[in-house]
Amino acid sequence: MQLTGAQAMVKCLEAEGVKVIFGYPGAAICPFYDALTDSSIRHILVRQEQNAGHAASGYARITRRPAVCVATSGPGALNLLTAVATAYVDSVPLVVITGQVARSLIGKDVFQEADVTGAAEPFVKHSYLIKDIKDLPRVFKEAFYIAGTGRQGPVLIDVPVDVQNERFSFSYPDSVNIRGYKPTVKGHAGQIKKVAQAITEAQRPLIVAGGGLFATEARYRLVELAERCEIPVVTTMMGIGGIPTEHPLYYGMLGMHGKQVANRATQEADLLFVIGARLGDRAVSNPALLEGRLRVVHIDIDPAEIGKNMEANIPLVGDANVILGQLLEQVPECTHSAWRNMLDRRRAEYRPQLRQFDGCINPKLFLERLSELADPDAVVVADVGQNQIWTANHFKIREGRFLTTGGMGTMGYSLGAGIGAKLAEPERQVITVGGDGSFQMQMMELATMCQHQVPLKMVIMSNLRLGMVYELQKNNFAGNYSGVFLDGSPDIPKLAGAYGIPAERIHSMDQADAAIGRLLKADTPYLLECIVNQDESSL
Amino acid sequence: MKYTISTLVENHAGVLSRIAGLFSRRGFNIDSLAVGVTEDPTVSRITIVVDGDDYMVEQVEKQLNKLIDVIKLKSFSAEELVRRELAMVKIGTKASERGDLLSLSKIMGGKICDLSNETMTIELSAESERLEEYLELLRPYGIRELVRTGTIALQKGNVSFG
Ligand SMILES: Cc1ncc(C[n+]2csc(CCOP(=O)(O)OP(=O)(O)O)c2C)c(N)n1
Ligand SMILES: [Mg+2]
Repeated sequence: MQLTGAQAMVKCLEAEGVKVIFGYPGAAICPFYDALTDSSIRHILVRQEQNAGHAASGYARITRRPAVCVATSGPGALNLLTAVATAYVDSVPLVVITGQVARSLIGKDVFQEADVTGAAEPFVKHSYLIKDIKDLPRVFKEAFYIAGTGRQGPVLIDVPVDVQNERFSFSYPDSVNIRGYKPTVKGHAGQIKKVAQAITEAQRPLIVAGGGLFATEARYRLVELAERCEIPVVTTMMGIGGIPTEHPLYYGMLGMHGKQVANRATQEADLLFVIGARLGDRAVSNPALLEGRLRVVHIDIDPAEIGKNMEANIPLVGDANVILGQLLEQVPECTHSAWRNMLDRRRAEYRPQLRQFDGCINPKLFLERLSELADPDAVVVADVGQNQIWTANHFKIREGRFLTTGGMGTMGYSLGAGIGAKLAEPERQVITVGGDGSFQMQMMELATMCQHQVPLKMVIMSNLRLGMVYELQKNNFAGNYSGVFLDGSPDIPKLAGAYGIPAERIHSMDQADAAIGRLLKADTPYLLECIVNQDESSL
Repeated sequence: MKYTISTLVENHAGVLSRIAGLFSRRGFNIDSLAVGVTEDPTVSRITIVVDGDDYMVEQVEKQLNKLIDVIKLKSFSAEELVRRELAMVKIGTKASERGDLLSLSKIMGGKICDLSNETMTIELSAESERLEEYLELLRPYGIRELVRTGTIALQKGNVSFG
């Protein structure tokens, strides 16, 4: 088939089953946009490229397949980078397509030229600059394969505009063979045996589950294992929802902003069963304190994560779902009741700090209530800041998902990611929770959800502050507040009104249930602003 | 301790910058790095010498392995390898010193690859520690310029890697 490069790009996306892409055009990607109108692929025009990346991230995390975002050369591609890095650290599969200046001009600092493969190098699983059109079909095939297999992540394809215009004979390869890339899927049989034995021998085993659970259906098998062997479970922020948050064996998120009972459990366990987590500093601040005192089983699809932040006694490389399947074949039923009862007592004693401020919504109670009234399989997307910690600790996840930017903590994630998640499964409730600071980093995306009819349910926790930083300055800088006041912010419901988005503001818990009802019932985008007190604590 | 990491990579543009970027990003120190094509023209071999402990070498290996362009790698301690580094040393010479330098070069297995009325350029090839010793011997004569390739190495004996 004789096609232009641009037509071939569209054909490649179709061959990969792509239905929706997120992007923003410009001269260097125009041939691709031209060819796109001949396809049934739906293009979602965002209002800033970073949000195309976040939207693709939300889409990918729900579909578990690589999602596509597109930008033009130079500034367009550079705007995408924050989102690419955000996806990279959270192992989200993206295929990032950028236009590039014509091949003959590369390296000459011409208009809108930027070395995007160079700039993105630290944040991508792999990247390509297509210099020969004959490589184009193979590059696309490989990009989807690499992004979606092994430890998932973003792959960038930079396509010079003259390659998009060149004609060639197109055919899409049906297989890939990359000699330097052969991810391990199945767990080593000998290691599986050792893990099974370690579980039965342990007195105080603890499962630490991370975001790696969501690359497949692994979470269901994890719950099965926890139940069969009566193993308490804690999660990292990325792992929230890996087991229903109300499950009797769940003891909460660990780490700096986690639950005390979860953190203490990691110190008292005699076996840590870590799965799909890299144990960054926010999750385990000082792994050296634990090493040697307990046995560590570390399961990860990326061998480089094992032994990086914490020494592992039994490393096990492979796909979490496959490995859990292998383990379930071997591990007999067992109990750890004494340990569990001890943790239960401690959990029952724990009371979150709940202060009632007059004229304010208590965000912790509000989010608990919101989660009780939402659909059981709702997706909640938390932004960054105090709002994120409140959501992580108080929004109950049943069959649903908790999405956030765990590794990078990128303010401005939620609306883009929410749009992507909603488009991935339009029938599913998608709720975003953000702060008034992060909202103002992304509020242009209100237009995107109007234009493309994406009925997101948005909750904004307004404290007129960069609350999390304000709290840090209060506690660690003797209240020397610097650069954290958001005076000058718009009237957020009115701003939503300017887009035709129904919105309201509440400042008392008496109003909460009714307002939540309206939020959840809406079949258009809907925005609910909650006034919260500046001195509300994260934990 | 020094480790030599033999790395087989795809022979195309951009690979070296990925590897160099990885080292600087993760704070791994490279002692030397040498690149060249192998018996298979689509494959290059990069020989990297790093100085570090077991933890660091394991990290270097694992992170290198994650690069899609890296086909295969293995780290070796010095005893497992035949190793060579090539150097060219330009020395300022008075006519009266030439005889001395010539015999010194001969003992070191060196070769005179350029000669002028003021300079003599000696080509030396040896294990890098040995090369250091040679250079010390030459230093008193006045080294004007020195260039070294970095170590290349192959496994000793019947085994081959690749
Ligand atoms: C892009 C970006 N810039 C800065 C930060 C640092 N930061 C972390 S939380 C936070 C405050 C967020 O304020 P807001 O969105 O109002 O949420 P709140 O903490 O008040 O709930 C800031 C500035 C960040 N995480 N991301
Ligand atoms: Mg705020």
